[in-house]
Amino acid sequence: MATEHIKHIKPYSPQFGTMIPMGTQKFLRTCIIYQLYRFIAINIRMTILILKSHH
Amino acid sequence: MAKVVIMGGGVSGHTAASFLKKWLGKKHEVIVITPNSQWNWIPSNIWVGVGEMSKEEVVFPLAPVYAKAGIDYRQAKAVSIHPEGKDGDDTPFITIEYTGQEKAGQQDEIAYDYLINATGPKLNFDATPGLGNGQGQMGEHTVSVCTADHAIHANHELEKCIEKMKSGERQRFLIGTGHGMCTCQGAAFEYIFNIEHKLKEVGVRDMADITFISNESFLGDFGMGGIHFNMGGFATSSKVFAESLYAERGMDWIIGCHVNKVEAGKVHYELLDGSMGEKEFDFAMLIPPFAGVGLKAYAKDGSDITDTIIAPNGFMKVDANYNAGSYENWKASDWPSTLQNPIYKNMFAIGIAFAPPHTISKPMSSPNGTPINPTPPRTGMPSAMMGKAVAQSIVDMINGADAPTHTANMSEMGAACVASAGKGLFSGTAAAMTVYPIVPDFEKYPGVGRDMNGTTGELGLAAHWVKHILHHLFLWKAKLRPGWTLIPE
Repeated sequence: MATEHIKHIKPYSPQFGTMIPMGTQKFLRTCIIYQLYRFIAINIRMTILILKSHH
Repeated sequence: MAKVVIMGGGVSGHTAASFLKKWLGKKHEVIVITPNSQWNWIPSNIWVGVGEMSKEEVVFPLAPVYAKAGIDYRQAKAVSIHPEGKDGDDTPFITIEYTGQEKAGQQDEIAYDYLINATGPKLNFDATPGLGNGQGQMGEHTVSVCTADHAIHANHELEKCIEKMKSGERQRFLIGTGHGMCTCQGAAFEYIFNIEHKLKEVGVRDMADITFISNESFLGDFGMGGIHFNMGGFATSSKVFAESLYAERGMDWIIGCHVNKVEAGKVHYELLDGSMGEKEFDFAMLIPPFAGVGLKAYAKDGSDITDTIIAPNGFMKVDANYNAGSYENWKASDWPSTLQNPIYKNMFAIGIAFAPPHTISKPMSSPNGTPINPTPPRTGMPSAMMGKAVAQSIVDMINGADAPTHTANMSEMGAACVASAGKGLFSGTAAAMTVYPIVPDFEKYPGVGRDMNGTTGELGLAAHWVKHILHHLFLWKAKLRPGWTLIPE
């Protein structure tokens, strides 16, 4: 079931009021091909931040 | 010949010393005073704390590195600063007490032309009864990941809990902050997720109750007043981001919390609404609050002038606005730029050692008057950048500049933070965050305080790869191996 992984969350508990990743999102977190693309993106972002921060 | 003395050999002080020696060469002296014989890459201590790294992977001896670089290294703690010299000699100096090099307990005076205070924090465990042992060290009821040795001990205790769970005994884990005025919520955040990941890996997650306890008024404050990330076309609060991570993993949280007493298997706390509570645990890691290391300062005539250069929290005053008043009046420009002491122009404080003008998070108290709010973090990237900027300024001042020439203002620089949520080449994840600027500027960036083009966050395997690579890169850099200057702070 699509929400099996969050069966522990009870209605009106603090955990009930936030967002939880579903199947595709969870898969992409450790999908090697997608994460290789994200690795490049993160490094570019961090490089820009470093260049912007040094005075 | 100029003499530059750096008190402290952590990320900030070591960066300053390394660049100073590189730029000043043999013509001038660079002296590092640090009580530790080893350098520790602190961000990886959480992996030592769950048995994923050994102590040897996160520390290395300083003496050979400094010897090769031509830096005079004294394994000692700084005790007092004498910025006006003494009777009969105007040369400023510090007093030190050796902690090693076969001179433990011996005292000495070290003269300086320029002084950098990079002493970092005193881990103030005794601020909470039962968190410390009454003698300035961690007590016996909880564990810590603040140092590599603490993390080794934490892993041993974790392994005992895992064995109990494997034999069917449920265990309660409590991770977070051990006082209402702590910082470093990010480290607790990382540790709780790494514990959860570890318990899943060894197949006992269903035998564990895991709770996060924090002085933050909302999850995701991180001592920075929260962050809005540019995510999927939304300016998404770090509150949503953080709560999502805890909720997905079935972890509870207690927030707005001041832990006021720790005893065996139980913490006592007060909440922002003034109510009192207790929480039992089998394993607890609680970050202690930070204070300055206790430096004293004396005038030429021997009178105590500590209050003129050291703030009540023990951190050194610099070019910050310490009269900003209430939260509604705070501005990004309150934060220091040159990190120069306003009275003694040859003295600087960097990293955790400088006194912030105020917190970043909004100050809050319970109806009983108990302050419960995070204090400002100073993570690796800004600490190292401060070290480099001050080193550049001192070099220019030695060469004739009459004022610091470089700045490192936390309201004008960003930070890249990678918070591990579990280690594993193909199973690990981490949250990779870029925050610009570190201190929010609500005048420049209304509503969110930060540049949405430079403030991002995501969770995934790639971020874990980044964190692991940074571990190796920054150790390479700290060891001053070939090409070390090419690795940015």
